[in-house]
Amino acid sequence: MFQKKPKPEPGISTASLPDIIFMLLFFFMVTTVIKKTQGIPLITPAAYQTKKIESKRHLAYIWADDKGTITVDDKLVPVSNLSHISKIIRERLDEDNRLIVSLKIDKRAKMGFVTDIQEQLRDAYAVRVNYATRFKGGGG
Amino acid sequence: MLLEKKKKRSYEINSSSMADIAFLLLIFFLVTTTIDMDKGIPMILPERGGEVKINPKNIAKILVNAEGAVLYDNRIVEDMELTDLLETRIKESGVDNEGKPKLIVSIKTDRATEYDRYITILDLVKEAGATKISIAEPDKE
Repeated sequence: MFQKKPKPEPGISTASLPDIIFMLLFFFMVTTVIKKTQGIPLITPAAYQTKKIESKRHLAYIWADDKGTITVDDKLVPVSNLSHISKIIRERLDEDNRLIVSLKIDKRAKMGFVTDIQEQLRDAYAVRVNYATRFKGGGG
Repeated sequence: MLLEKKKKRSYEINSSSMADIAFLLLIFFLVTTTIDMDKGIPMILPERGGEVKINPKNIAKILVNAEGAVLYDNRIVEDMELTDLLETRIKESGVDNEGKPKLIVSIKTDRATEYDRYITILDLVKEAGATKISIAEPDKE
């Protein structure tokens, strides 16, 4: 008889839904890097023309505050011996010739101090720099 | 028998709400994750040596003193005025073969000028549409 035919089950099985969600969850948990910002406390200046840097891979960081503390790639450099900067940067530049130096300088720092750092970078032939800034106005 | 009528209880945790729990966790991570992006103003420093002679007509000199006052064209100008002045100057100077404005904007600061002030001026110059920006070394004390 006709009634003996089994009816096909409509609807999608949701039994594996938790597995899919868990997979997504693990993906996000693994790819998320909780980066603790460590370093010298400083406030970067704000600018309207702030742009995002495309590649994080080719970055070297120089931090400097208004009291004369400088770190280059998380290594402390004494103010009395600024030539360490060009030494470290040149080593980095040898490994990667597309290096961009990100300058995170406190907004209260004096230009003379900034120029001294820039002169060191010029000595190391690292001419591509980036002044770390915040977006001016609206959030940020 | 009477004993056989007793139903066996199944000891299983109800897993129907598992998806909801996982969703909740997923949303938590989605919301709390902040992708830390490096941002700033890109700049190319002048290379050592090799001074190039440039027609003075194509250079706009900006001087910033220790107090942050801006000198342009031998007179003190306000920030908003500076952008307008530069914009007209860039239009007048025309473009080179690559389609970039010919005008070179030179920014010179005092050693005691605040970095914040320098960035503000640099921001204004970029806003005016200048692509060739030169940083002059401050005079040694």
